[in-house]
Amino acid sequence: MTALDTAAADDDTRPGGDVLLRATDVTKHYTLRADSLARHRKVLRAVDGVSLEVRTGETLGIVGESGCGKSTLGRCLVRLTDLTSGRVEFDGQDISTLSARRLRPVRPGMQLVFQDPQASLNPRRRAGDIVAEPLLIHRYGDAGAVRKRVAELFDVVGLATAHLDRYPHEFSGGQRQRIGIARALATDPKLIVADEPVSALDVSIQAQVLNLFADLQDEFGLTYVFIAHDLGVVRHVSDRIAVMYLGEIVELAETEELYAAPAHPYTEALMSAVPEIDDGTDAAAAGSRRERIVLSGDVPNPVAKPTGCTFHTRCPYARERCAVERPPLTRTASGRQAACHYPLVG
Amino acid sequence: MPDQPVKELPDQPLLDVRDLRVTFRTRRGSVTAVDGLSLSVAPGEILGVVGESGSGKSVSMLAVLRLLTNPNVTVSGQVLFRGRDLLALPDKEMRAVRGREIAMVFQDPMTALTPVYTVGWQIAEQIRAHEQVSRKAARARAVELLSDVGIPDAASRVNAYPHEFSGGMRQRAVIAMALACGPSLLIADEPTTALDVTIQAQILDLMRELNARGSAVVLITHDMGVVSEIADRVLVMYGGRAAEEGPSQAVFHGPRHPYTWGLLDSVPRVGGTRLRRLPTIAGMPVSPDSLPEGCAFAPRCPARHDRCEERPELAAGNANTAHRDACWLPPDDRAAQRLAARAGPEAGAGAQRTDETDREMAP
Amino acid sequence: MLYFALRRFLSALFVMFAISVLVFLIFFATPGVDPAARIAGRNADPATLAQVRHSFGLDRPMPVRYLLMMQHLLIDRDLESFVNRGSRVVPQIVQAMPVTLSLVVGAAVIWMTVGIVMGTAAAALRGTLADPLIMLVGVVGVSLPAYWLGEVVNLVTQNRLHDTVFSWVPPPGYVELGHDPGQWALHMLFPWLTLALLYAGIYARLLRGEVVTALGEDYVRTARAKGLSERRILVRHALRCSLIPIVSLFGLDFGALVGGAALLTEVVFGLPGVGKLTFDALQNLDLPVIMGTVLYAAFFVVLANALVDILYARLDPRARHA
Repeated sequence: MTALDTAAADDDTRPGGDVLLRATDVTKHYTLRADSLARHRKVLRAVDGVSLEVRTGETLGIVGESGCGKSTLGRCLVRLTDLTSGRVEFDGQDISTLSARRLRPVRPGMQLVFQDPQASLNPRRRAGDIVAEPLLIHRYGDAGAVRKRVAELFDVVGLATAHLDRYPHEFSGGQRQRIGIARALATDPKLIVADEPVSALDVSIQAQVLNLFADLQDEFGLTYVFIAHDLGVVRHVSDRIAVMYLGEIVELAETEELYAAPAHPYTEALMSAVPEIDDGTDAAAAGSRRERIVLSGDVPNPVAKPTGCTFHTRCPYARERCAVERPPLTRTASGRQAACHYPLVG
Repeated sequence: MPDQPVKELPDQPLLDVRDLRVTFRTRRGSVTAVDGLSLSVAPGEILGVVGESGSGKSVSMLAVLRLLTNPNVTVSGQVLFRGRDLLALPDKEMRAVRGREIAMVFQDPMTALTPVYTVGWQIAEQIRAHEQVSRKAARARAVELLSDVGIPDAASRVNAYPHEFSGGMRQRAVIAMALACGPSLLIADEPTTALDVTIQAQILDLMRELNARGSAVVLITHDMGVVSEIADRVLVMYGGRAAEEGPSQAVFHGPRHPYTWGLLDSVPRVGGTRLRRLPTIAGMPVSPDSLPEGCAFAPRCPARHDRCEERPELAAGNANTAHRDACWLPPDDRAAQRLAARAGPEAGAGAQRTDETDREMAP
Repeated sequence: MLYFALRRFLSALFVMFAISVLVFLIFFATPGVDPAARIAGRNADPATLAQVRHSFGLDRPMPVRYLLMMQHLLIDRDLESFVNRGSRVVPQIVQAMPVTLSLVVGAAVIWMTVGIVMGTAAAALRGTLADPLIMLVGVVGVSLPAYWLGEVVNLVTQNRLHDTVFSWVPPPGYVELGHDPGQWALHMLFPWLTLALLYAGIYARLLRGEVVTALGEDYVRTARAKGLSERRILVRHALRCSLIPIVSLFGLDFGALVGGAALLTEVVFGLPGVGKLTFDALQNLDLPVIMGTVLYAAFFVVLANALVDILYARLDPRARHA
């Protein structure tokens, strides 16, 4: 049917096997302040025709700059927001059109971890109650069972059970994120969508939380969709990575392949823009030898997306065709997926 | 920047901070945010100041410009700028230094400009605060400056309000304003943290360019990569004190302080080997209201020993006297000690899911 | 812009219509209130009552009565008071308007000046003893009710001390501005101060909060780093931004006061303004006058709202394109 389906068939190097989550042509548009006298309604195309699949046990990274739609996509994937069009299948079931009531039994299987642990935890509730909430909503069991499970979860994420009765503000940033993770784990989900879970944390704390994500995946066989803007973090956690620009996936690849040789010019520019630590090692030397591409200008407004390839206004390699014809996400001869007429890897 | 020739730097420092101490009086007692910090910046050099939250990196630079207006703050020590102690200057003379000789750029460009005035008005205000020029001349200079920092169509953009600019453009405008009077020192406090990585690259290029025109730069950041790319010298801060200081290449190629080791190791890189688990620094950054008597990093240090209860001073440990660190470890062969320290906690406690000290409560 | 203005106008019309219907209904649905009985006098016989009902149109269906009243009020402008036979509502309001405007405009100038100076000074001096002291003065102003304060002022200036210190204070009442500007100002002085005191306290307090917040903003830090003087930072940056919410509040207060909310001050000082007119009409349950004054008040509140929106866009460039 699509390039993705054929891709799935010939790829057996990834962890896991079955497709746990499949998004097909997911689109999310927001209409901005409908002014009846304005000629055109302004439509913000936050997510514009995204297809991807996530396999059981793998981590799919979604990376992109602010406003590229990666967070909105994350919300679409777990139906925290309704889709404008397209389809999301979770565990074989189409969840994109389910009613709120029919969604309820599906919800425990997919959970979201937010960026700002400060804002996503109710400041007036105790940490233990916050973690217990999803258990009560989904009728986990009697009070004793819930208490036992919460203590277990605290232990799993590395929080002291002595702190069950503390309020969020009494925890540090890293610990608050652990509470958020424990809450997400409470219902034994298969899939966790993590939206910038470490970007608000100090470097040393960030490493601790990233390790926690890795350990939890090993222990519970979790599947992650990991949304982030930091290319180092995404590389560290992901098996495969989708690069987003203006609401579209411009490249989708195995992590190592992507970083070794980006196929889309945007990916290339994004990577070359990351300041690298020159620590004298060969890898670092290779990194600093790499030619730096500084993109001119800003990301275009998603309300008025460029015609043709959305990246052509900033692309150093753009040709005439790019301004006219929109390139779909397709496979190149060597099996790479990029939405580009002239991919850098053939 | 390994390919670039090392800049020749004059001996006389432009900025010489000596034993700077900043304390906040709070209800729960006195909090020491900067604890006896000394640093110097040579004319035309880029000094990178790195550290995590609470390391005192921002506060110390705000203290240099006397921008800590909270009445509960006490600043002591000396801040010698071209030989004059800024901390002892009368307010009026200090105002003449601010913006004219030392300019400052802050982290969040979205809030750094007054929302009700045009960008051009705010740049012209900066010029007219220090120079006797007409409104018209100041405005013309504003257009020139905006175009200098790479804002397209500056002649019409000068009349735009801050909210009409994107984040990257606002930061450019803020930098244009900082450059208006040709300062010899620019202090940039996390100037790219709020920006996307491609925009960050543009702003870093701009900083390099203005540095090439002769301004010295102090760049405060938590991003080791940014420092590595742009700084001539590095100062690593922890708990309001200097942990390590030296030429950029020396520090990144042969870090000496265990905290610097941890910082470098715990950053996931874009290149190099991928590890399933990252090396971490146990525990949380020290809070300024509970600084230990001895080495501030000791409670988190994989190589701590008895001596660490005494406070270490910055000292050169090898032939390169410009590379100094504050640590009681034997000065020789820190690279081997680093390897040992990394192996230690990873093989032992660190391999457990939780880094034990992270269970400590926040204050 | 034209579209915006049109929309505002239509919504204003709707608001006024809704209010008039509400007043009408309340008046006729209030138990125990029979306008006919009031007009006809205390011990009127049923025949007189019926006649009164008929001559005032009170025996017609409610919607018709409403429309008739509106026609007389707005189109023919000859609606008459139920209580004072022969006195027309519209001229009464037109006559009372300058009095209210005199009172409110004068008081507004005083309270805005005093409020801005006090609020800004308190914010600039926070951390010193002056700040709580200034705010204490503000609290006192807020906590003195206008009618009480007015009575006290009258007591002091008109009674005991009138022969000595306050001999220059004229008796309560109103002198037209065109008739004698000096006397006008003299007559209005204490009403102004009384009304302004309350609002000055409120505005000083609000502005202090706004300025203190603004002084903690990043842009103020930027302004300081530019080497600007503290005075310039305070006035051109912190105060300028803090005025935005204050001015919009001012518009609403001003509209309400012109509409008749200064009623207590007018009553206490015997000023024949719109507030006093409303007060009297309410006491007599004089529906035509109530209807007239309420619509007049609604008009000013709606007008003030529209002006605030325009002013807001002038003051805050962020609101212009949104």
